[in-house]
Amino acid sequence: MPINQSSSAIEVTDLTVAYQEKPVLWDIDMSVPPGVLMAIVGPNGAGKTTLIKAILGLVRSTSGQMLIYGKPYQQQRHIVSYVPQRGSVDWDFPTTVKDVVIMGRYGALGWLRRPGKQEKKLASEAMEKVGILNLENRQISQLSGGQQQRVFLARALTQDAQIYFMDEPFQGVDATTERAIVSLLQQFRQEGKTVVVVHHDLQTVSDYFDWVTLLNVRRIASGPVDAIFNESNLRQTYGGRIGFLKTEQEMSKPQVLTEPTL
Amino acid sequence: MSPQIEVLLVAIVVSVACALPGVFLILRRMALMSDAISHSVLLGIVVGFFIIGQVDSPILLIFAAATGVATVSLVELLHRTQLVKEDAAIGIVFPALFSLGVILVTKYASNVHLDQDVVLLGEIALAPFDRLTILGLNLPRGLVTMALILVVNLLCIAVFYKELKISTFDSGLATALGFSPAVIHYGLMSLVSITAVGAFHAVGAVLVVALMIVPPATAYLLTNRLSVMLVISSLVGTISAIMGYVVAIKMDASVAGAMASMTGICFLLTFLIAPQRGILAIIYRRFRQKWDFSQTMLLIHLVNHEGREDKAEECSLNRINHHLSWNQTFTRNVVLYAEKQGSIQIEKQILRLTNRGREIADQAFAK
Amino acid sequence: MQVFLYLFSDYTLRTVAIGTAILGIVSGALGSYAVLRKQSLVGDAISHAALPGICLAFLITDSKAPFVMVVGASLAGWLGILVVTAIVRNTRIKEDAALGIILAVFFGVGIVLLTLIQKMPNANQAGLDKFLFGQAAALLERDIKTMGIIGVMVIGLTLLFWKEFKLLCFDPAFGASLGFPMKILDILLMTLIVMAIVIGLQAVGVVLMSAMVVAPASAARQWTNRLAFMVCLAAFFGAMAGITGAVISSTAAKIPTGPMIVICASIIFLFSLAFAPNRGLIWRLRLKKVKFDLETTEVDSG
Repeated sequence: MPINQSSSAIEVTDLTVAYQEKPVLWDIDMSVPPGVLMAIVGPNGAGKTTLIKAILGLVRSTSGQMLIYGKPYQQQRHIVSYVPQRGSVDWDFPTTVKDVVIMGRYGALGWLRRPGKQEKKLASEAMEKVGILNLENRQISQLSGGQQQRVFLARALTQDAQIYFMDEPFQGVDATTERAIVSLLQQFRQEGKTVVVVHHDLQTVSDYFDWVTLLNVRRIASGPVDAIFNESNLRQTYGGRIGFLKTEQEMSKPQVLTEPTL
Repeated sequence: MSPQIEVLLVAIVVSVACALPGVFLILRRMALMSDAISHSVLLGIVVGFFIIGQVDSPILLIFAAATGVATVSLVELLHRTQLVKEDAAIGIVFPALFSLGVILVTKYASNVHLDQDVVLLGEIALAPFDRLTILGLNLPRGLVTMALILVVNLLCIAVFYKELKISTFDSGLATALGFSPAVIHYGLMSLVSITAVGAFHAVGAVLVVALMIVPPATAYLLTNRLSVMLVISSLVGTISAIMGYVVAIKMDASVAGAMASMTGICFLLTFLIAPQRGILAIIYRRFRQKWDFSQTMLLIHLVNHEGREDKAEECSLNRINHHLSWNQTFTRNVVLYAEKQGSIQIEKQILRLTNRGREIADQAFAK
Repeated sequence: MQVFLYLFSDYTLRTVAIGTAILGIVSGALGSYAVLRKQSLVGDAISHAALPGICLAFLITDSKAPFVMVVGASLAGWLGILVVTAIVRNTRIKEDAALGIILAVFFGVGIVLLTLIQKMPNANQAGLDKFLFGQAAALLERDIKTMGIIGVMVIGLTLLFWKEFKLLCFDPAFGASLGFPMKILDILLMTLIVMAIVIGLQAVGVVLMSAMVVAPASAARQWTNRLAFMVCLAAFFGAMAGITGAVISSTAAKIPTGPMIVICASIIFLFSLAFAPNRGLIWRLRLKKVKFDLETTEVDSG
């Protein structure tokens, strides 16, 4: 559907990412309007993380154009925040919670400048918002999974961005953290920000998100949850490795089981 | 036999004896353990020497082998405290043991031909001068020791071939089948230690590492099968030994160094020209794949955009290069290639898929 | 005690002490980064690979000026890293084996060059084999000057790019998303690590220099959870090991320097492992005992 390019938050056209002639993403077109909370779902190896990384210029694309609010990523860094997967980092690194959160301000500081009082203040505010201010001096290896995730969130908060990219933030966190993340997402939506989340849990997609992109190397479907998140599209995405549970009352709204691990 | 032939024989026997356990070290990602063990056995040799009083006794082998196993155990102990990562543990343990050995040697034993240079380089050229008589034959001691070690290695690998193979490639399965991977692990480390000790006298610490790692790595580029890998490693080791010795004599340089360099040259050659995994083969393959891959990209683009309103824009011959971020010449060539392959047709400046083209695109999705 | 008085009065000892202090500080500090990035054994490969570089530098320039040695060693070290990367990226050979290949082959070539040099009819060439195990007693003022200049540069750059390196080591993907050129920073840090290794080769030698990159940093890690303290402490430990080892080696008979320094560093490491608060093993044992006591008293009273 033709959308005026400059009015979408993310505009991806003809994106192909291949590694040594093996495709990870094929000819992806995706258009995300501003102000939505979007989930990217798909089976393992579908290229979800790669899609985010390609938009952010973190992996090289074989072809395609990616625009954020109408401009390429390099010109929009100051309004973008990226929350990588928790597992991509060595939590044994000798540093404290506060230190990691302050890293969010490194982009604004630029080369060589040190974080000062202003940065510490912003970090404290962010830590307070996600409920980890009391942990600010703790070594990060002593944190639980949920606490680690909230550290990443606080870091993202300090960036004061317009659009957020998060990679599996709900993976392996406790209920408190899950609630914290959800309330943060709601707050973002109220403020008109756009959030793109690689999400692993099919059960909660329609609860937390209003936009969804189904991905399996190709884009299967993309659009509002109510319209797109249905049995037929999911079957196409997961290729039959998925089961549906329909209760009497909910015949109109299919309930989805978590996919079996490959 | 002339001294040169004897030295050559020692070199060959050492090479094969080192290559065999080296294959398993490479496959089990423990290559640098050979570096660690070959350095720390020096401490075992020195301590054994202090206790026994002789440099050439076979009991030294046991001391040194024990040191090798102790090295591995210490590394694992450190790692298990969770205070030190495994690579750091290796990098701390063996220099410490080796340093202790070197200090003891230079301070108390430097008159017993165990000085710094020997430790690193061995003294294979002197092998013919230290002889013993066995079974009526008068042979260099180094040759006899190393030949025995080679036989032990061969026997162990032959007898425990199945266990070694399974525990190397699938330790979970090995445990399930009742083999103890730990026993095999320490057994292998003992073999490596004994081999390192025996080789020490002949070629020093440096070359042991070279002979244990480089020929097996070379073989790894040439074959998928364990048995073939063992054979090729031994061959490469032998060739390196012979060529290295010849070059060293010609240039009047260190034999151990020359042999190590030769293993490197063999590896480099293989790296370049190996049939499937060599660099040249890879470049050629990528070059050929590039056309097929680009054709597939074109076809998939056509599949995604046909029958949609923007077809005229996305599939037109003139605009395709813009969408796929290709330059004009490349686009033209890919289109020509695709036409030749019968996967597309050009109608009025618009590219259309043929049935064959559709097939190819579908296959790409199926992968 | 006498020894320390000598340190200030004896010119040679003073030179030796300063030289090994510099090398200890720089290798300890940069070693922290190597250890945190799990590149401890890369240091081993780099230092072995440096040997042919040193020999070639001498053969080409016919000079043993410290600067020439440093350049030769660094280039060879960097070449080694590039080859390792090429092997890992293009074949199925894993990093440990690739490091081993570089280590053994480069070192073998270096040994060949060394023996060739020793046979040259030039009386000037004696002494390159001190690069094998190090000879701190042979450190001259010009060596110290070179080490000092390079050391200051390396430490200076480390301080300058402090937050960038922290980002590089902890979360490079996030750093890239902020717009920092992670590849360039990686090359820069690697170069600093190579330099840190290379300036120590004269004193500690090629075979053992890697321990100076690993042991002080690993020891420092036990005492603190902040990167800044770790780097400073590692530098301090490195200097301690360097000075103590070099002084003992210079004053006692028949003790080579490299091994002695490594022994000192290892002792510091063991001490840290055992006694550091919170992480140290003795501490942990006491904690266990306290917990056990608590539990048993609860059972008794409950």
